[in-house]
Amino acid sequence: MHPLSSRSRVVVNKTMTFWERLYLPAIVGGLWITFRHFFYKKVTIRYPEIKRIFSPVYRGLHVLKRDDLGAERCTACGLCAVACPAEAITIDAAERKPGEEGLYREEKYAAKYEINMLRCIFCGLCEEACPKQAVYLTDRIVPSSFERQDFIWGKEKLVEPVEPEKRVDVSIRHYFQKEA
Amino acid sequence: MPKVIIDMHEIEVPEGSTILQAARQLGASYAPPAMCYYTKLEGSGGKCRTCLVKVTQNSAKDTKGTPKLVASCRTVVADGMVVENFISEEVVSARKDVVELLLINHPLDCPVCDQAGECDLQNLAFAHGEEITAYEEPRRQYPVQDIGPLIKLHMNRCILCYRCVYVADQLTDQRQHGVLGRGDAAEIGTYIKKAIQNDFSGNMIDVCPVGALTDKTFRFKSRVWFTKPMNAHRDCKMCSGKVVLWLKGSEVLRVTGRKDAFGESLEFICNGCRFESKALEQWTVEGPATVDVRSVISQNHYDAQSRPAWETHALLD
Repeated sequence: MHPLSSRSRVVVNKTMTFWERLYLPAIVGGLWITFRHFFYKKVTIRYPEIKRIFSPVYRGLHVLKRDDLGAERCTACGLCAVACPAEAITIDAAERKPGEEGLYREEKYAAKYEINMLRCIFCGLCEEACPKQAVYLTDRIVPSSFERQDFIWGKEKLVEPVEPEKRVDVSIRHYFQKEA
Repeated sequence: MPKVIIDMHEIEVPEGSTILQAARQLGASYAPPAMCYYTKLEGSGGKCRTCLVKVTQNSAKDTKGTPKLVASCRTVVADGMVVENFISEEVVSARKDVVELLLINHPLDCPVCDQAGECDLQNLAFAHGEEITAYEEPRRQYPVQDIGPLIKLHMNRCILCYRCVYVADQLTDQRQHGVLGRGDAAEIGTYIKKAIQNDFSGNMIDVCPVGALTDKTFRFKSRVWFTKPMNAHRDCKMCSGKVVLWLKGSEVLRVTGRKDAFGESLEFICNGCRFESKALEQWTVEGPATVDVRSVISQNHYDAQSRPAWETHALLD
C-alpha cells in the first residue's frame, strides 16, 4: 500500500539488545533531562501574585459603561445580541419612567442584560456592534467557578460602579476602535 | 397598451399607469424606492421625492426628454417612453440628496425606535444614502404623544408622507387627526389631545414608513429581529382576519397586516385583530411569513426557508 505520509514507519518486533535490557542507562538519561530543566526559564507564572501583561487588544470580561453623569449607556437596542455568533447575550428592554433620567440615558433601557460567559467566545463583535458605546471587552478575566449559574452574568455584575474612581477604564479599547 | 423602457428593460403596462407602477411590474429590484406613495391610498405620492427618475424620451413621437427629474409615482407613462432609474448617475446622486434632506430632522434614534429593522427610511438610507450629513443645526424637537390608548406618536421621526392621513380619510368614517402647521412647523396631530378611536385606526402604524406611529402594546417589548413572523388568520367580522403574528416562543407580541414585496399592506386589518387578539389560541397559524433574506429579521435564522433559492443552489452545484 502506498504510505499516506512520509512519517509512517513499519513496526518490527525486534528483540532488545543487552544494553537496552539493562534499562539503567535509559533511566539515567531520563533523569538527566529532568535535571536539566531545573535551570531553564519557567514557563508558568504564580498567577494571583504575578499577572501577565496583556496585549492592548486583549478581549476579556465585558463591562457595561455609564456616561459621564453616571447614567447607563445601554439602550437595549439588541444589536450586540444579534451580532453575537454564540448567541450568548439576552436582553429585555423597559421604558424609562419620569424621574429616572439620571439612571438611564435614553428613554428605553435594558431591564435585563445577561451574558452567558460559557457561551461567549470573546470575539468582540458586541463591542463593535454597539451604537451607544455601552459594552466593552476589558483586560479582566472571567473568574472560575464550580457552578454553571455563576457564569451567567447579569446587570448587577456587568454594569460598572457609579463612583468615578471605581469606573472600568476602557480608554485603550476606545483608542483602538477609533484607529480601525 | 403603452410600452416603456425602464433601465433598458422593455415592459408593456396598462393605459394610465405611472412609471413607478410599471417599474414595480418588472420586479422589486427594478422599482425606485417610495416613501410616501401607497398603492391602496388614493392621492398618495409626490411628496417624498425618493422615486425620482430621469425620462430620456417622452414618447415615441416626442423624442425629447424632460429637462428635470420627475417623480415616478406621479408621472403617467406614454408609449415609447424611455426611463432611466438606477443606471442614471443623475438619479442616483439626486436620491442621495433626497435621503439627506429626509434625514435632516430625523433624530436617528434607531436603537430606541421600535420600527428599526423594518423601517423604510432605514432601508432607504442604507441603500441610497450616504453616511455623512452636511447639516449641523439642531433638529426640531417634539414631545412624544399618545394619540389614543393604542398608538404612540413620535413626531420627531415623522417625514410628513401623509400616508396616515390618507388612511384616516379613506379607511375610517371620520378623520380625527391631520397635519397641522406649514413648512418646517408642520406636524401630525389631533389638534386637542383627542383619542383616535376607529376600528381601522391601527393601520396608520402599518402604513407609516418610519417609526413615527408605533404600536403601544408592542412598545419596547422586543426588537423585531428577535421575534418570529408567522402568517395566521381568524374569523373576523370587521376585516379579512389575515395577519402576521410576531411571536416570541408561543407569546404573540404583535399583530400586523401582511405586506407585499414593496412594504405595502395587502389587506387592512381591524383594531380587534391588531390589538385585542394577543392569544395564540385565537389564531390559526398557517406557517412562517416570508421575510426578505437581506432583512435583519431573517438574521440568525439558519433554516432553509430563510435562505434564497439561488444561494443554496449555488452551494450545491
